Amino acid sequence: MKRIFSLILEGKGTAEYTILFDIRLPRILLGFAVGGALSLAGVILQGMFRNPLVEPYTLGISGGSAVGVCLSIVAGISGVNVIYLPVSSFVGAILVVLIVYFLSIKKGILKIQGLLLIGVMISLISSSLIMLIMAVSRVEDLHGIIFWIMGSLEEPNWFLIKITFIGSILGLIFSYFFCLDLNAFYLGEEDALHLGINVERTKRLLFILTSLLTGLSVSVAGIIGFVGLVVPHFVRLFVGSDNRILLVSSYLCGASFLIFCDTLARTIISPLELPVGVLTGLLGGTLFIYTFSKKCLK
Amino acid sequence: MLEIKNLTCGYDSKFQLRDISFNVKDGEFFGIIGPNGSGKTTLLRAITKILKPEKGEIFLEGKNIWQMNSREIAKKIAVVSHETETGQITVEELVLLGRLPHYKSFQFFETKKDIEIAEKFMALTDILRIKEKQITEISGGEKQLALIARALTQEPKLLLLDEPIAHLDITHQIGILDLIRRLNRQFGLTVIVVLHDLNLAGEYCDRLVLLNKGQIYKIGTPEEVLTYQNIEDVYKTVVVVEKNPISKKPFVLLVSEEVR
Repeated sequence: MKRIFSLILEGKGTAEYTILFDIRLPRILLGFAVGGALSLAGVILQGMFRNPLVEPYTLGISGGSAVGVCLSIVAGISGVNVIYLPVSSFVGAILVVLIVYFLSIKKGILKIQGLLLIGVMISLISSSLIMLIMAVSRVEDLHGIIFWIMGSLEEPNWFLIKITFIGSILGLIFSYFFCLDLNAFYLGEEDALHLGINVERTKRLLFILTSLLTGLSVSVAGIIGFVGLVVPHFVRLFVGSDNRILLVSSYLCGASFLIFCDTLARTIISPLELPVGVLTGLLGGTLFIYTFSKKCLK
Repeated sequence: MLEIKNLTCGYDSKFQLRDISFNVKDGEFFGIIGPNGSGKTTLLRAITKILKPEKGEIFLEGKNIWQMNSREIAKKIAVVSHETETGQITVEELVLLGRLPHYKSFQFFETKKDIEIAEKFMALTDILRIKEKQITEISGGEKQLALIARALTQEPKLLLLDEPIAHLDITHQIGILDLIRRLNRQFGLTVIVVLHDLNLAGEYCDRLVLLNKGQIYKIGTPEEVLTYQNIEDVYKTVVVVEKNPISKKPFVLLVSEEVR
């Protein structure tokens, strides 16, 4: 501990200082932002859909991103500048969001069930498209695609890390204004209306917000699965369903969970690195099943 | 309290309700009856602004509801829908949701007063003892009481209930209707209730409207509405109407095909 402090204060220029600030810190910040954003999106979507199986990737956003990335890798755009890969991923995500959004809107009403079905279908279509692209692409491109799909917090570009971090925190603040609306959603849309909630506006804004959060996370970190599904459930077991507490605690829990997994992934078979998505799935899933069955037996 | 003028509305251009007009007075206990698909729930949904009328107007205390925002309406009208599916929340959290329309903007947490109001109505509905329990753990009757407590916590002037006693045993049926009538008589709460049970509707309501195929068939006191001619015509079922020996209200007896 003491060494860390003296390093921060005086160590400028030393190798350790560089490691701490240029290698470790960006990863931690990114893990915080991405883990938080995905868990937050998960909580909001599960509340909005009143469906415990929904997660940020259910709406097809990750699929769109992946198709964008595959295309840019195969077309060779991604090699030109490091920023092109996240940008093409984000463009893919936004395209899917727009398609899903406009297909599920009827007479100015956002049909929640339609949203879900169309999202799932688009996910399936995109995974077929990815397979198609992979089947016809060269071996080196294949490696890049698989590497991206597995997800990683390694991101050399400080600018992207800053954007993700700020976007993720802003998302948390913005979503907090809707925590009471989300509580009312527990009664269903119609009863929420009876409580004076502007249901349509809330649904739309939250859909856009979760799409942006997910799109941003996927663009910089690839598809890191399970965080957005498991963390909300896990937190709910401990703090209950009140969204005023749930939103913030899920965010923090997701953030620390991803940082923890990433640290493990880096060190467990060092100097090699495990894909962090593998660890979030293995650890998160097992931990959840263990806690859930323990709580239920009580 | 509530005035409905020439209301025509329904889903997608198919009209469920045609040319409905009636008034509900302050402090009245008003019942809506009619066969399945006659438009009872549609009527309630029009009153709470969920369905936009094709024609006609609805006035709440003299104000057109389409010129009020949903928060203003929620401070005056509370609704107990039938078969509300709730998520995993506790009874107390559910009841406190009723305070939402009264929150100021940027208020995220309930005040002491909000909690007092919620506790008062939980005591009145006798669910204070189970306030820590999850909604999914309690019985159907208790859940209905919790939903009513939530509606009362809104401190409305008008309470709308859509089949509040469907699927409940007679203890809860009478318990809930007695409670609502007590609130109606003591605090002047205006009540509009959709009921399937004609006998209970006759027993508790001051006035009834009988809907048939989206139109008003008859409106008046239970004695005027619940006659065997009206019921046989609307429900296509043979009945005998007697008088309840104690309350002197009309009592509808069903007759099976075999003994007719």
